[in-house]
Amino acid sequence: MSANLAALIWEATLQTLYMVAVSGVIGTAIGLPLGVFLATSKRGELMSSPLANRVLGLVVNAMRSVPFIILVVAIIPFTRLIAGTSIGTTAAIVPLTLAAAPFIARIVETAIRDVDGGLIEAARAMGATPGQIIRKVLVPEALPGIVLGLTLAMVSLIGYSAMVGAVGGEGLGDLGIRYGYQRFMPEVMLVVVIVLIVLVQAVQSTGEWIARRLDHRAAKDRGL
Amino acid sequence: MTQSAPIPAAPPAIAFRGVVKVWPHAGGSVAALDDVDLQVPHGGITGVIGRSGAGKSTLLRLVNGLERASSGRVEVLGRDVTAARGRDLRDLRRDVGMIFQHFNLLANRTVRGNVALPLEVAGTPRGRIGARVNELIDLVGLGPLADRYPAQLSGGQKQRVGIARALATEPKVLLSDEATSALDPETTTSVLALLRNINRELGLTILLITHEMAVVRDICQHVAVIEAGKIVETGATYDIFAAPRHEVTRSFLSGVTGAALPGFIARRIVAQGAGPAILRITFAGDSAAEPVLSRIGSQLGVDASILSGTIEEIDGRPFGNLTVELPAADLGRVRDFLHAQDLRTEVLGHVG
Repeated sequence: MSANLAALIWEATLQTLYMVAVSGVIGTAIGLPLGVFLATSKRGELMSSPLANRVLGLVVNAMRSVPFIILVVAIIPFTRLIAGTSIGTTAAIVPLTLAAAPFIARIVETAIRDVDGGLIEAARAMGATPGQIIRKVLVPEALPGIVLGLTLAMVSLIGYSAMVGAVGGEGLGDLGIRYGYQRFMPEVMLVVVIVLIVLVQAVQSTGEWIARRLDHRAAKDRGL
Repeated sequence: MTQSAPIPAAPPAIAFRGVVKVWPHAGGSVAALDDVDLQVPHGGITGVIGRSGAGKSTLLRLVNGLERASSGRVEVLGRDVTAARGRDLRDLRRDVGMIFQHFNLLANRTVRGNVALPLEVAGTPRGRIGARVNELIDLVGLGPLADRYPAQLSGGQKQRVGIARALATEPKVLLSDEATSALDPETTTSVLALLRNINRELGLTILLITHEMAVVRDICQHVAVIEAGKIVETGATYDIFAAPRHEVTRSFLSGVTGAALPGFIARRIVAQGAGPAILRITFAGDSAAEPVLSRIGSQLGVDASILSGTIEEIDGRPFGNLTVELPAADLGRVRDFLHAQDLRTEVLGHVG
């Protein structure tokens, strides 16, 4: 493999990390509060607002129903509005974020619904406000689950980022298609796949390590 | 107030007045509480005992507004909980601590962090939280375990954390929701002793719910028996033990007072008959220490054989139960003799 090719792969790796990191962070910033709201706003719950819960739930489901490659193309006008352009690596962050946010919201919702209802009762009995219950009880107790979920979301984003070549987004997936497939350079394809495997492994292991560090429940309560 | 006016009784710490709680239910509704009137005196330990589903848990949750009454009033420390909303309700809750059967500790906070939570919630300045938390952890005897997580503690230790947490905001009332039901007997004893100490030293009013008469016997001065959403009997624990009136109360008592007959006798017992009579004698107060049986022998010339018996202490006073078998012909004489000595008797039946 030439030095030139190594440089290409290095650059593509950085581009992939850039897209995944930025869309992961923004997706979390949107998905976390959304997930908290979805988990606490059904009728009779802490932030009871059944109508808003239903509407947001439908929006989230709708977003999650659209295949990513179609989402990328369908929202091009919106991407142009946000990123100033609809082509390139930065522009690709917009559809990646829009795919990540509802996914993360559902993950956060599930993790928060797993928190023992007794803890909410105990916090209410202390005189905690709904906001305090969310900040001091629900999110910290759900954090190990949320971190595992975010790990899953990052892995999915790495996969999605391979499709953004369709709108001129670069990165590992795009490199693999253009060099490995279209220019018949199987060794490039192989290296791209190996780098992706290593990335996914690293993300998964790091996520699991963080979640383990955060989790102080007894082994039996973790479902182990 | 004029001099001739009667001295008003101290207002109760908690008062239920005509409280009804109805749960909506498929095709109708179910009354969890049906016109409950109950007063919980200041500074004492009051127990509400009932079977599961009797409504005791709902009753307890009305006190700090975790549940709302469908009608009637619940007053705590002179304030109307039923009308309190938002900030008023949260302020009130800080005056009412609560402990739970399953402890409800945050798994991802240490002992220290769990005890600090109500103080953080109440907006106590950070600088003052640390000292207060140490004080509370020492009070419940968990000093060396302050930095452990709940998963590293035994059940009894977890409940001590729960108690420390419930006391953090210096409440005047403590609610206990089956706090010892998940603990083994030995741990139960030590947790109950801690509750009794807190009651004495801090002058805290404790309202507890339980399905175990032993808990009532060990720490409650007052007891209310609840069945199907109604309070069926209330009174001083001692009086209830000595003279239960309601069937449900008797059935709860039979498990702890040695009043339950051994199976081999219970199987042979008939309501009427010529066979030997089974008589239960209840000793209360000073008579509990008297040699009643030997007097029956020496003064009446009747031989009574002991089937079962216990003596224990309730609310600081001795209390005993003795079940004897004696010839049916002597039954009347023996009962008259015992009643003359202020002992209660009950004929359980005859050996068939």
